[in-house]
Formats: sequence, structure tokens, C-alpha cells
Amino acid sequence: MLAAVVSLTALGASLGLMLGVAARKLRVEGNPLAAELEAMMPGSQCGQCGFPGCAGAANALAEGSAPVTLCPPGGRDLAVALAAKLGIEADLSGVKDSGPLVAEVQEDICIGCTRCYKVCPTDAIMGAAKHIHAVFREACTACGKCVEACPTEATRLVPVPVTLQSWYWPKPGSNPVSTALAA
Amino acid sequence: MSQAVHAPHAHAITSVGRIMATVILALVPATLYGFWLYGWPAVFLWAVALATALLAEAVALRLQGRPARPALFDGSALLTAWLLALSLPPFAPWWIAALGSLFAIAIVKHVFGGLGQNVFNPAMAARVMLLISFPVEMTLWTATMPPAPGFAEALAITFGGASWDAMTSASLLGHAKTELTRGVDLLHSLPGHYALQDGLAGSRVGSLGETASLLLLAGGIFLIARRIFTWHAPVAMLLGVAVPALIANWANPAHFLGPLPHLLSGGLMLGAFFIATDPVTSPNTAAGQFLFGLGCGLLTWAIRSFGGYPEGVAFAVMLMNAATPVIDRYMKPRIYGRDRKGGALPAEQEART
Amino acid sequence: MKLFKLRGGVHPIGRKELSAERPIRALPMPERLFVPLQQHVGAAATAIVAVGDKVLKGQLIASGQGPISAPVHAPTSGRIVALGDYPAPHPSGLPVPTLTLEADGEDRWQAADIPDDPFALAPEDIAARVAAAGIVGLGGAAFPSAVKLNISRKSGVDTLIVNGGECEPYLTCDDRLMCERAEGVVAGIRLIHRAVGSRQVLVGIEDNKPAAIAAMRAAALGTDIQVVAVPAMYPMGWDKQLTRALIGKEVPAGGRSADIGVLVHNVATAYAVYEAIALGRPLVSRIVTVSGGAVKEPCNLEVPIGTPAQALFDHCGGFGKMPARLVMGGPMMGHEMPITGIPIVKGTSGVLALTPAEIGQPEPAPCIRCSSCVRACPVGLLPLEMAARIRVGDLADAVDIGLKDCIACGSCSYVCPAHIPLVHYFNHAKGELTAKEKAKLKQEATKKLATERTARMERIAREREEAAARRRAAKEAAEAAKKMTGATA
Repeated sequence: MLAAVVSLTALGASLGLMLGVAARKLRVEGNPLAAELEAMMPGSQCGQCGFPGCAGAANALAEGSAPVTLCPPGGRDLAVALAAKLGIEADLSGVKDSGPLVAEVQEDICIGCTRCYKVCPTDAIMGAAKHIHAVFREACTACGKCVEACPTEATRLVPVPVTLQSWYWPKPGSNPVSTALAA
Repeated sequence: MSQAVHAPHAHAITSVGRIMATVILALVPATLYGFWLYGWPAVFLWAVALATALLAEAVALRLQGRPARPALFDGSALLTAWLLALSLPPFAPWWIAALGSLFAIAIVKHVFGGLGQNVFNPAMAARVMLLISFPVEMTLWTATMPPAPGFAEALAITFGGASWDAMTSASLLGHAKTELTRGVDLLHSLPGHYALQDGLAGSRVGSLGETASLLLLAGGIFLIARRIFTWHAPVAMLLGVAVPALIANWANPAHFLGPLPHLLSGGLMLGAFFIATDPVTSPNTAAGQFLFGLGCGLLTWAIRSFGGYPEGVAFAVMLMNAATPVIDRYMKPRIYGRDRKGGALPAEQEART
Repeated sequence: MKLFKLRGGVHPIGRKELSAERPIRALPMPERLFVPLQQHVGAAATAIVAVGDKVLKGQLIASGQGPISAPVHAPTSGRIVALGDYPAPHPSGLPVPTLTLEADGEDRWQAADIPDDPFALAPEDIAARVAAAGIVGLGGAAFPSAVKLNISRKSGVDTLIVNGGECEPYLTCDDRLMCERAEGVVAGIRLIHRAVGSRQVLVGIEDNKPAAIAAMRAAALGTDIQVVAVPAMYPMGWDKQLTRALIGKEVPAGGRSADIGVLVHNVATAYAVYEAIALGRPLVSRIVTVSGGAVKEPCNLEVPIGTPAQALFDHCGGFGKMPARLVMGGPMMGHEMPITGIPIVKGTSGVLALTPAEIGQPEPAPCIRCSSCVRACPVGLLPLEMAARIRVGDLADAVDIGLKDCIACGSCSYVCPAHIPLVHYFNHAKGELTAKEKAKLKQEATKKLATERTARMERIAREREEAAARRRAAKEAAEAAKKMTGATA
């Protein structure tokens, strides 16, 4: 009787101690999920999701109070990736998949007012007052702020042009087989 | 501008339909021999199996909204039904064949995703289902003594439920098992029941197409020569049966059959060359196929020797079918420039500068 | 010589007999040449001539940029009439910067710089001349040859392997080159040998080219070059496969041939090295096989770089049958030409016009897991498993089972009885992975930009604030002083 009580008590005490030690040694600081989600976001802090920057959006996603489709610049790919990360089913019905976009300044309409490059969160627009502006494609996240800011509708979002460097084979079966010569 | 077509711009002259047709061709001699042995009942049973399979395939594809025509002509449903028919007792009633075909195509093949997606060999799974559900009809063996029943009698046997009891008999494996359970050892029960030449010539008791061991062997060798499959799975399966049979028979001839009766009995030849080589349900690599065949053989021998059923090819194949994904996971070819574990080989030359 | 065991490979129908007996002929100079500035792996060359300039044959017209690049020379004498976009010799048919050269019909060479004794040149000098001649791998890879020479010279080479495999069906340009110009090829091999100082030199030629083997053996007599017949099997011309066959060693995954002390060059590259150094001629033309069931008279032509493919077909009597597909390169790894105006570039080994029967590509059917592809794969991959994963979009899993080791040789697609475009799946997946990596890099870069901008904005706001505070303080101080002076006054 006594032996049983002692051994079980000892067992309980040692296991409890181990749990206590593990809880201290393996503690995770902060909310790792929100940080990981933020790392996946475009990071241009454009605010189109309605949250104060990407960190705010990531927190909302981690809490489950925002849909994975909240980020327009991230598009379909990001929504799918976020859903996979959160382990939920993504409702992609509302996502317009226009493919990757980039801003473009139409030189014949631009008046060089500099408003677009003042609002650009990634400094992707170059130019000076009274000079036509140009978009540095590598830095543009297609957040659309410049489009809103432009008084003459000279800036717009266009699909990223395909070049020899960026082209790759489409998925088999997604394109009709060439019949140009066979016909 | 239309999208360019990806290389290669040349292709080997081959197709799924061609492969299936070649395998069927290799089955024809054994089938014709079975027809000659058992007469019209065998032909009817075979025809019912094939017709049901085609119908089931067409309906299954239609229900999935997939075009039925190309799949019907690729011959895979025909081959499944053909193999099933060869593994049935020749005088079984028609509904055995129909139910078996329906089960093989609709449940075992299409429920799992259709051609190429099934986990179990459809013909063997159907045979196992029939054997468990209808043990009486599935062990209705008949002695193989032409002349076979005539056309009208055959109609009565296959479709009318008439029996042909004058000649019912037991297969060698069944006989050995029954006698052993009665306490009669093989040294006393076998003489008078078994002759080697019967096994070779196929005039032994058994299923419609599995008795013609030599014809099946020839068909298998033909397929290996045509590179439809490699020798690994069939040879390993035969070894898996023969080696333990040899050892056990040497140790205790009163309880264990020798290798030759094992090799020439039941569905082993059919199983080794036409079932264990089913590409869909067997491993990808040569080594994996060898392991798979060996497992099929050992399990067949074990079930025959220690199990409740006299024959074990179908069970053994299904068990190994279930093991195929595991075999595939561990039996991968070594990748060029990498070791077996997938790490890059070490560079030999250190930069001299 | 003992050969080593290989894995995988296929035996496609060769169809080399169509052009194997046709001696090399020079293609008459076309009126216009379209010379792309990027004909090689690496950075594109930059044009150094302007529209309207007159150039001589062999004159430098675009210089290489950066460590991995190659210059481009004028393939004939004439006038530059345009510098602009022109469809690339690439499956996409997208435009690339291209110089258009109008031939003047004189085909006049510029003054050649020929050393007195080419075999007395210093190794560095040979590599420099190869670089200046714009030589790239002519087997199809189009990797700048001088870069390989320099890497190998520094890391040391045990075995120089010269690739005369030519395992692609139809192609006979290397075969003819070895038959007709074996001395030049051997001279080029000796120059490369001198440039890297290897212990042994092996020339691997598939045994379906007995005439080439005999010619090369005769030309190599008295040198330390060993000509070895290797079994005809695709892809024997894959440099790493040939290496394995000849010396039994494998290049480590992700590594280079130099890692195991091997340097592999194509026979045509060796010949180009000979022409560049011994004759002072930069790479301005190459031998191209024109073949296929739809071509009236298949042949081997020496073609100026930049010639539109149409000119080659025209010279071969045009099409006897309606071609179903026009291909640049071999049928196993070449690409469909979107238009016949696509120019011949340094890496173009053949142009083919194929009939439907030759292509033989019916609609794909479901995979029956026959594992023909596993047996065919020379790398040891599981093509059926990789394709199944890519089909459902699971690229990470496909990479785990070896996608990045795939060399896109197409053996799996060739043998597949279900006609599944396996290698197409793999190239699609590799492209998508690269695009995703690029997108990730861009995301990181833009994130950094955004953080920097936020920091800058905050700094500006703070500075403004501080400036305002200072002004206020100054004003207050001034007022206080005024008050003080007022008070004292």
C-alpha cells in the first residue's frame, strides 16, 4: 500500500517537474504564427486590406478575424499559400486572378506632378517635378496607390510583360496544341 | 501565335491499347486450351465476364462524365475480365462471372479512380470476393476429361443452374488439404491422385485457364521477350514458392508438397506471369518488382501450406498490392551524382588555386 | 578500351540515314542575316556597331558582358540595317535584340590574326583567343567555351573528353564534320588539350558512326588522343552520361564536370577552336543538318549564323510533303519553331521538318504505372511519380523526389505508352519554381524598400518636428530676450 502511494507520488512529481522544465526551456516568444504570416505578405504596407500595414493584417489572419483573400497585391497565390499555412480551405471565388501586375506610367498623359512617387510605399517610381515619371518594375508591388493618386489617370496597373528571361512552359493541357502547320 | 509543342518530337510506337492487346494475345493459347478441355460452358462464362466488364466500364465512365470510347478500346477492362474468367471454375453459373466482372470494374477499378489508380488487382480482388461470398460455386471443380458437354447441356450448366456432377472432383491442392485435415499424410493421399504429366499438360483439375501451365509459361516468356514486362516479378514469385516448398518437402515430405506440384498447381503460373506483372498494382523499379514477386510467392506458399484455403495466389497478390506503396517508397533508383540517401556525391578534385 | 555500365536510356529510331551520306555543302549567302545578341548561356552581348555601319566578315559587332557571356561577330561583309527585336530561336518565339545585316555579296574577311605556331601559344592565350572568337558549346548547350577552359585550367583536369556522341536522331552534322574535317577537329582537340593540360584525352563516338570513328582514328595517329567507340544510345551525348561511360565516374549532384577532374567539349566546338586559333576566324558559321521526312533533299550545310531557317529548307528543295512540325535542334530536345524566319544561331545543330507519322504523338491517356519511364531515365528518377505530383500542383514534393536532377532529355516522354508529356511537366515545374523564387526575392527586396521608406518618412517627420521645435524655441528665446531688454530698458 505504502509502496504504491510513494511510487505513484514520485512518478507524478517527476513528470510534473519535467513538464515545468519543458515549458520554460521550450517557450516560444510572441505569436509565431502572426510573424510567419507577416513574412509571407508583400510587405509594402499599402493598407488596401483595411488594416494598418501587413503586420496588422497578419495578426488579424492569425486570430481568424480576416479572410485569406484580404490582400489584393498578393493575389490568388498568396491566398492559397495563406490558406495552406492556416490549414483552412480558401474561398477563392472572390479573388480576381489577373496574374502578377505592375504599375505603368503612360508618358503621353503624365504631367509630372510627383504625386505618385510621393505615395509609393516602395519608392518604385522615379522622376522629378515637371518630368515624366517611370516605374522601376523590380520594386513595384502593384499596390495601386499611385493609380489613386494620379490626377490625370496616367498611371495604371498592367500585367507584368513576359520576357525571354521570365517565360516558362505552361502546364501541359492548359493550352491548345499548335495546329498552325498541321491544318 | 499558338503555343509551341514541347519536345520530344518523336515517340516510340507504343500505346496502352497495344500493351493490353499483346498481353491478351499471350493469353489466347491457354484460353483456347481451356475451351477445348471444358467445352461450351467455359466459352459462355468467358463471354459473360467480358461483356459485363465492357458494360460496367462504359457505365462507370459515363457516370463520371468521362468519354467512354477511348477507354473501352484500350483493352484494360477486357484484360481484367479475361483474367478473372480464367481464374473461375469452368462450370460456374453465369452470374458468378457477371458479378465478378462488375465488382472488378466498378468497385475495385473505378471507385479508386479508374485506370492506373486502383490499389488492388481487379481480377484478383474480384476472385477473392467471389471465393469468400460463394465458396460452393467457386470450388465446383470438374475433372478435365473431354468430351466436354454439348452446346445445349452447356447452356443448362452456365445459365440454367444444372449441375454436371458426374465428374466433380477435387483439385490437387484441395485434395491434399482435405486429406491432411483428416489426418491422412501426403505419402498416403497423393499416390493415385497426382501425376506430373497431368500438371504439365494441363489436364488437371482447376480453373478455366490456369491449368495449362506450360502454355501460360510460354505466354509469359513471349511477353518478356516483347518487353511488356521484365523477368523480375514472375521469376521471384516462382522462386518464392519453389524454394520454401523444396526445403519443407525435404524436411517433412509427409506434410509438405514438393516444388513441382506447387509450381504446376492452382493459379501460380497465371499469377506469376499475368497478375504479379500488372503494372498498376506492382512496384516501379526492377528491385521493387523482384521483392514484390518474392513476397507474392512466399505468401502463396504459406497460405497453401498453413492457411484455411487450399489456394493462396489471389490472397498473396492482394496482400502484396497493399504493400506496393511501401516498397515504392523504399526501393528507389539511385539518382545520378547522388548516393543512395540522396546526398550529393563528394567532389574529387579540390580547386588548386 | 573497357566501357562502364550506364543506367536508363532509349533507342529512338535514328533516321540518320536521311542525311548521313550527304557531304557538307556551303549554303549560298542569304541577302539578310538576323544575328541575335544572345546566342549563349549567360549575359547578352552588347552591340558595338550602329545602324548604317559597314562591317567586314568576322568583325566584332557585339561584345560580351560580364564573366559568363560571349561576343558576336559579323557572319559576312555588309551593312548593319537594323538593331531591334526579332523572334528568338526559342520555343516562346518572344523577341530578342537582334542585329540585321545586309550582305554585300563580297563575303570579305577582316584581317586575320594568326599566330606563327598555334601549338606554342600559352594556355591563357588559347583561352583568351577562344573567348574573343565567341565560341560557345556547339553541341546545343551554348555555354561559353572559354569560361569552361578557364575554370578547368585553374582546378586541374585529369581527363579531357571530346563528345562525338551525337545521340539525337536525324542529326549528322558532327558525323560529317568528323568524316570530312577530322584533321581540323584533332588540331582543335590538341589546342584545348594544351589549354588545360589534361593527363588523357578521350574522344567518345557512338558506334553507329564507323566512318567518323575511322577518320578520327586516322587523324589522331601519333597523338595521345584516344578515340573510343561507345554504344549508340540516347542520351549518350549528355556530357555526364558520356563521362560515366568512358571513365565510370559521376559528376556530383549540383556540381560540374571539373569537380571530378573532367572537361567535356563537343567535336564541333573543337573544330571551331581550331578555326579561331589556327585560321584566325571567329565563330561566324556552323554546320547544320537539314532533315526530316517532309524535306525533299535532306543534307548537311555550312550556314552563316543568322540565316533564317526558311533559307535552309529552300536550299534543300523545299518540302516534299506538308510538314506537321518544324523543329530547331534534334527531335528529342529541340524546340518547335514558331515561324520559319527564326535565325540559325551558334547552338543550332539541325532544322527538321517532320511529318505526322514521324512525330507519332496521339492524345495522352491515363498513366498505367508501367514504369517504362523509370527504366528509360538515365538519371535514375521516377518520372511517373514526379508528373503525378506536378499535375496536382505539389511542386515541393516533386522537388523532394528529384525534379531538380532532371536533365529534360525526354527519354521518358519518348517511351511513355500513355503519351503523357512527362518532360513538359518537368520543364513547366522548373520554370514555375524559378518564377516563384524570383517573386520571393522581389518580395524581400520590396519589403526592405518599404521599411527603409517608412524609416525615412519617420526621420523626415521627426526632423521637421525638431526643426519646428527649434524655431519655436528660438522665437520664444528671442521674445524672452526682447522682454528682458524691454524690461531692462
